[in-house]
Amino acid sequence: MISYNLYMSAITEKKYSIKKDLLNKLKLTPDEYLKIIELIDREPNEVELHMFSVMWSEHCCYKNSKALLKTFPTKNKYVVVGPGENAGVVDLGDGIKIAFKIESHNRPTAVEPFQGATTGVGGILRDIFTMGARPIAILDSLRFGDLNIPRSRYLFSSAVSGISHYGNCTGVPNIGGESYFYPTYNENPLVNAMAIGLIETKEIVKSGASGIGNPVLYVGSKTGRDGLGGASFASSGLTDESHRDRPAVQVGDPFCGKILIEACLEAFKTDYVVAAQDMGAAGLTCSTSEMAAKGNVGIEIDLDKVPTRTTLTPVEYMLSESQERMLFVVKKGFEKEIEKVFGKWGLDCVCIGEITEGKNVVVKYKGKTVVNMPAGALVSDTPIYKREAKEPEYFRENKKFDQNKIPDLKANEVIPILKTLLSSPNICSKKWVYSKYDHQVQTNTVIKPGSTAGVIRIKNEPANRRAGEPAKEKGLAVACDGNSAYVYLDPYLGSKIAVCEAARNVSCTGAKPIAITDNLNFGNPEKPEIYWQLSESTRGIKEACIELDTPVTGGNVSLYNESNGTDIWPTPVIGMVGYLEDIELAIDGSFKNAGDVIIMLGENKNEIGASEYLFSKTNEIKGKVPGLDINLEKKVQLSVRELIERRLIKSANDCSIGGLLITLCESAFPNNLGFALNMESCRDGVAPSLRTDAILFGETQSRIVISTSEKSLADTEKFLKEENCPYQILGKVQEKFVEIKSLNIKSEVKELKMVWEKALPDLLS
Amino acid sequence: MRFSVITFPGSNCDTDCVNVLRDLLKQEVVETFHETLQLPDEIDCVVIPGGFSYGDYLRSGAIARFSNIIGSIINFANKGGLVIGICNGFQILCEAKLLPGALNKNKNLSFICDDVYLKVKNNKTPFTSQYKEGEIIKLPIAHGDGCYISKDINEEQIVFQYCDKDGNVTPESNPNGSVNNIAGIISSPIRRYTDTPIRPNVLGMMPHPERACENILGSKDGIKLFESIIKTKSRVLI
Repeated sequence: MISYNLYMSAITEKKYSIKKDLLNKLKLTPDEYLKIIELIDREPNEVELHMFSVMWSEHCCYKNSKALLKTFPTKNKYVVVGPGENAGVVDLGDGIKIAFKIESHNRPTAVEPFQGATTGVGGILRDIFTMGARPIAILDSLRFGDLNIPRSRYLFSSAVSGISHYGNCTGVPNIGGESYFYPTYNENPLVNAMAIGLIETKEIVKSGASGIGNPVLYVGSKTGRDGLGGASFASSGLTDESHRDRPAVQVGDPFCGKILIEACLEAFKTDYVVAAQDMGAAGLTCSTSEMAAKGNVGIEIDLDKVPTRTTLTPVEYMLSESQERMLFVVKKGFEKEIEKVFGKWGLDCVCIGEITEGKNVVVKYKGKTVVNMPAGALVSDTPIYKREAKEPEYFRENKKFDQNKIPDLKANEVIPILKTLLSSPNICSKKWVYSKYDHQVQTNTVIKPGSTAGVIRIKNEPANRRAGEPAKEKGLAVACDGNSAYVYLDPYLGSKIAVCEAARNVSCTGAKPIAITDNLNFGNPEKPEIYWQLSESTRGIKEACIELDTPVTGGNVSLYNESNGTDIWPTPVIGMVGYLEDIELAIDGSFKNAGDVIIMLGENKNEIGASEYLFSKTNEIKGKVPGLDINLEKKVQLSVRELIERRLIKSANDCSIGGLLITLCESAFPNNLGFALNMESCRDGVAPSLRTDAILFGETQSRIVISTSEKSLADTEKFLKEENCPYQILGKVQEKFVEIKSLNIKSEVKELKMVWEKALPDLLS
Repeated sequence: MRFSVITFPGSNCDTDCVNVLRDLLKQEVVETFHETLQLPDEIDCVVIPGGFSYGDYLRSGAIARFSNIIGSIINFANKGGLVIGICNGFQILCEAKLLPGALNKNKNLSFICDDVYLKVKNNKTPFTSQYKEGEIIKLPIAHGDGCYISKDINEEQIVFQYCDKDGNVTPESNPNGSVNNIAGIISSPIRRYTDTPIRPNVLGMMPHPERACENILGSKDGIKLFESIIKTKSRVLI
């Protein structure tokens, strides 16, 4: 390995002309510089060096995570496109193919929340329609700081406005998501956006270029100076000086995004488009080099032909991350047909170069060659780091936590604690957020935001549709999950739980979980403790995905989430896609009728560690993360799906943050119903010594609360016994009151619901 | 019946309207792009769908009012042809002066997507004949600029009003601050540019009937609006 000292001596000997300051500014290390020289056999010029700086950023080349990501399972019978393309694709049969992916826009949101979040949505939508898929749904997973701090409120509400701005305007329904608030995100919030698309083209559009002499078309918006070096900005930590990087934040125009969707899908249907790539991170640099490298061809472009808003230098051309732009390779001789489509939508469509023999990216500017180097050097020969991992001190410290030192709840404390939890921003109603998102456009949304998972139907062929007739259409259930408190306390187990919880949420609608996309939001991987979190977390995701047969089809890695040296909690977000063969079967989590019987699948355990309950009591996240028995998890999920398919149950709700009593309330509130809970049956089958707080507020995994009519109770029980699925009858749905007789608790639903509904608007007004 | 569904750049409910009319109700639909100067021949009803025409830059509907197609739509309406504008379509109809008044920002200043209850105040229109008078229906809304204001609107022009689920027209059930809880209005028989009174034939509404035409979507209350149009059967010859 070439050492820093060797580099320094080379510099002193004036062997290389590069200045150390410039390398620092470009966030490249001396070793990386020497590797570049080795790869291209000379020193890079200024433009080339800038191109390396963005392409070799974590955001583009995953240099710190690639070794870990390689371990993920990526195949099952549904997956037709795995990691490496713009998005993953699953095949649901009958010609229905679904593209989906999740992506982060964390750093831009931290310095310019509205535009940061706006372009986060814009970017992920482009990844989807680049494949030839019409975007049919968006989900957003948000992590922000303590809402008692004014800046957190500003960042959060601006980001929500940004997401709503882009999604609403482009006419893509936002069908779900999640939002959590912890002080660890005060300075470095997380915005992860997931998009789902339905492939409309005969063939999935790929990004590998081919056909020597084929023209390269630039389509969409003009290039400006916005988003310069956004990829490398996104791959470094935040400091007090980060606001100076505002020019690295892109500016989104959803109107342009919408017409770009229509124009691209129309263009793809002409069959003249050979390959397409969106210009997101690293703009022209990334699209030209990736398309060439993937197709094993060369590419030559002329910057003077690129439509611009202003005069730009070659570096600015190559690094601009102006939004709503795409690069197409089309069949020679058919440029006019494509130009016609874009002309119809009033968008630029200009031939800026062609596919060449060899493997080089060549860029011309004012008649001179300013870049000439192998595309592979930028794309495939990137550095890969396997860093040192070290178990952090806090992890060992937390193991010593003894929950027996926390006194159990007294009966008279239950309602006050319940109210505290119902008003916690992590648990309360998120209607304040999702009512700002159009969640019904495209007329497919069957289960709206606010339930376990968003559910959309896939419309049948038009000829087979008629008003009032039962659909027999397929559907998709999608959920985002990732409890970062668990992951912080135990990255391996917490990440495994994140996958299982996402699958459980999807299963609760009746859908079979089939594949995931993941967004890994972590701190600075150069710190051994952070790299340890990353490697433990990926191990957990890998194992859960293998067990559940839900391979990873792609995703995003966001590292260096730190501000002034302090790292965020490790936060993997899992986007799970589930498949419903018959959309009519889908159910949500809400109780339907008084008198129905409430059953809990799974078992209660004596676990209060890592819970929101403990957080509310001690203002600290600590304790043992709830255990996970993967076989029980699979059994519970399979049973709930089977019960739904047999139409035996009316609702299913995953028991997660806040525990059982919160889950029951969530099921009761939508239809203004109450319930009577029998504590004694909760202890059934387990040691009678189960703590009251563990039963009511513990976050034991693999539990689902279902409701069924008296009539279907016998069949439901019979099925569960045959399947050997553990369950307990908890009580009954009733009007008006939340009741626990043995604890002498009776509270009005109206009052509790008000607490739950008003919490977020009150915090944010 | 033959419908023309208009697509402006930025329209995003055009496909939803086409789906309902063509796929569910088996009607003839001509998808009409904004650039054309003339509506297609022998059209019975023009649908201006929701969305963000021209990005809603300047003001919702303000640029669409100057589009190529709009002159032909105004002409069609002034001759008595049926025109319905939904959401952004309503905003465009107000900007084009086919309907009185204007749509301001919602009173809470933010976009609202929700289900609302509406009272069918006037069922003697070509768009509401299949509803009962006073019928309470549930339709989705999704808009940022839905606060209707007008100085000169007659009682009988009010077609839909926001209400609670029991039909009470209350301030609490008014999602956006519209005057008189107005959710939808119809044109007056007296029209500019025409001497003789014509039947009310232009409807503008903020809620989305096309999103409530199938049980699986939670409500079928919107389909009667389209069925009313189809039952009207009165072709206007331009």
